Amino acid sequence: MKTSLEMRSVSLGFGGLKVLDALSFAVGSGERLALIGPNGAGKTTVFNILTGVYAPDAGQVLLDGADITRLASRFRIRRGLARTFQNIRLMPHLSVLENVMVAQYAHTPGWLGMLQPVGFGRANRWRAEARAALEAAGLGKYAAQLAGGLPYGVQKRIELVRALAARPRVLLLDEPAAGLNPAESEALHEALEAVARSGVTLVVVEHDMHFVERLCTRVVVLNFGCKIAEGAVAAVRGNPLVREAYLGSERDAA
Amino acid sequence: MSGYLEGVLALLCINTVLAYGAFLPMSAGQLNLGIAAFVAIGAYSSGYASNALGLNPILAALGGFAVAASVGWLVAFPILRTRGIYLALATFALNQVVQGTILNVDAVGGAAGYPVSAHVGFPVVAAFAIAVFALVAALFHTRFGISVTAVKDDERAADVMGLSVRGMQSAAFTVGAGLAGLAGALYAHYFNYIEVQNYGVLFSIYVMLYVLLGGTQTVYGPLLGAALFNLLPELLRGSAAWRYVIFACLIIAIMSLRPQGVLVKR
Repeated sequence: MKTSLEMRSVSLGFGGLKVLDALSFAVGSGERLALIGPNGAGKTTVFNILTGVYAPDAGQVLLDGADITRLASRFRIRRGLARTFQNIRLMPHLSVLENVMVAQYAHTPGWLGMLQPVGFGRANRWRAEARAALEAAGLGKYAAQLAGGLPYGVQKRIELVRALAARPRVLLLDEPAAGLNPAESEALHEALEAVARSGVTLVVVEHDMHFVERLCTRVVVLNFGCKIAEGAVAAVRGNPLVREAYLGSERDAA
Repeated sequence: MSGYLEGVLALLCINTVLAYGAFLPMSAGQLNLGIAAFVAIGAYSSGYASNALGLNPILAALGGFAVAASVGWLVAFPILRTRGIYLALATFALNQVVQGTILNVDAVGGAAGYPVSAHVGFPVVAAFAIAVFALVAALFHTRFGISVTAVKDDERAADVMGLSVRGMQSAAFTVGAGLAGLAGALYAHYFNYIEVQNYGVLFSIYVMLYVLLGGTQTVYGPLLGAALFNLLPELLRGSAAWRYVIFACLIIAIMSLRPQGVLVKR
């Protein structure tokens, strides 16, 4: 399997606090990888480094073999690396439809792309594409509403549609199932299965192990910024280091 | 049309152009208190071009746009490194610097003001205002309009979504500066006399008020704000000395009823 996204000995500290310590892992093209670990293990930091929000102190980030460690965020999504946010970040003063249209720019960038009309309410290619994507996700009825005031579960689904509108090859999902009810979680699973089947590589940060087990084929476990285990879900589950990270050791308890 | 009515409408047209000059940076989330600096640059450079170089006043007005936009583009890089209140302070300082500089240039009259001999009529001013409105409205019906709102809402997320945050901001700032310059150039050639003392920070704040009152969320807000600010005092002329008191009360009432501006998205 071809490597799609890779971190090589990446370290990052904030002042005296070491958040990531020589972390390395790779994701194969079309693979579904979960990144798990207790709170504060550095999972979201990994996403922030992968998408260029933070620059690492040391190490490299590679996308399809090319070094993107110093590449600005906006160029990463244009190269096919899209993400969602743990604390949803839709643009509150744009409609749901317009939020999705923002992401379309990632696959048709440049000044000419920027000046493409999106219509005075008339039918238009970009509008039609965004509407179709929303309707396919069952969100068509929200298209004209402002994103800011919608319920949490709906905003989460919109954020996924928006990330996919960038036509990514690698999709990073930060706690996609958090806060969803069982029916919403099931719908999300179905949607992500379809995304994965279309060949998109998935990297998922998630606490819901049942969700992870069904969706992902491999798990990387982080604790205090280090990788403590890696492998199939079942194998990792039995790993004593992982149990200790989540539950604490017997010595701590005593 | 009476001379009085024409004068009011001409000022409305000029202030509409100006309102869009202030609206563009605000649409990208920037509080620009230096808009009057660009008005002065546009007014004086175009006035000088038609007076001293004999340029056709319409071309001179376009030149005023170009000069103000160029200065805007140059200062955008250092100024847009600042955020929020610091950006407001930086643009405020820019206003002072430009005003102080022009005040000391004898070639354009210094503190005595600068008479501009070439005249443009009301139709020209109106045509420019309509063209500016049409172009800005069209611009906000392209991806730019959506993207600039995205940048205003959440810079970090906009960056991750593939937008060039600095590019959008400096484009909005530059075109806004150009439009302010165009407004200054039109004023110079319609009223044929400019005085840099008028282009202080108070002037900038006044223009910002048009836009805030009309609403920054849609492209039609500045037009409405400029209309309210220019026509209401004239309509209240009958109440003589009280008209500015009534006007101020109306403004306060509008702001408390519509804190986001009169025109909002939904």
